[in-house]
Amino acid sequence: MIWQFDTLILLLLLVAAVVSLRLRDLLAASVVFGIYSFLMCLLWAEMAAVDVAFTEAAVGAGVSALFMIATVYQTTRKSSD
Amino acid sequence: MHFLNEHIIPFFNYWIYVIIMMLGLHAMIVKRNLIKKLIGMSIFSTAIILFYVSIGVNNGGDIQGGKPGETHGTIPVIEHELALEASHDPTKIDFRRYANPLPHVLMLTAIVVGVATLGVGLAVTQRIYRDYDSIEEDEILAKIAAAPSRQTDD
Repeated sequence: MIWQFDTLILLLLLVAAVVSLRLRDLLAASVVFGIYSFLMCLLWAEMAAVDVAFTEAAVGAGVSALFMIATVYQTTRKSSD
Repeated sequence: MHFLNEHIIPFFNYWIYVIIMMLGLHAMIVKRNLIKKLIGMSIFSTAIILFYVSIGVNNGGDIQGGKPGETHGTIPVIEHELALEASHDPTKIDFRRYANPLPHVLMLTAIVVGVATLGVGLAVTQRIYRDYDSIEEDEILAKIAAAPSRQTDD
């Protein structure tokens, strides 16, 4: 584990989480949530947990972002908060 | 300054996990949009998974004579020849060279369960939108209050 990478990814993770919860456009929020999941996957690969990392890359960044975008298209794109 | 060196810097990772977890919990409670609530739920669950995976990290602190950060536990995959030798003599494997795989295995299940929960939540959101034409919690509650005996026939 390289602590410089660790710290950088953790700070980006924090930024991605805040941005994804602040955005009022739900499609953009879903995409930023995908970025958050992928950063999480990088952090796990760096923590020597490669099995968890590729499950998160496939299932977290791929499938859940897809589900969320599909729901946004089925419902509405605007959010009040 | 002493407090900072003693409690904040060595546990920097853990402080960030707690902050991310509380962001998710705050979003689940305060946000009115149902999709925002579900994003908050996912952030909450990934923060907990991150905490568990980081417990399994081996930064060399427990190797005899080693200092933390000097040696690193690698990916817990054992080479084929070494595994064949170790099937007769388990002491051939130095387990301190690897990260602890137990939290990884437990958290694999947690990731899959989290995605299944998210999928069910999003499906319920779509169904609610079809009935109430809104995914804002306050608008849905207002519509329920206006027509308490509303029958859902589609």
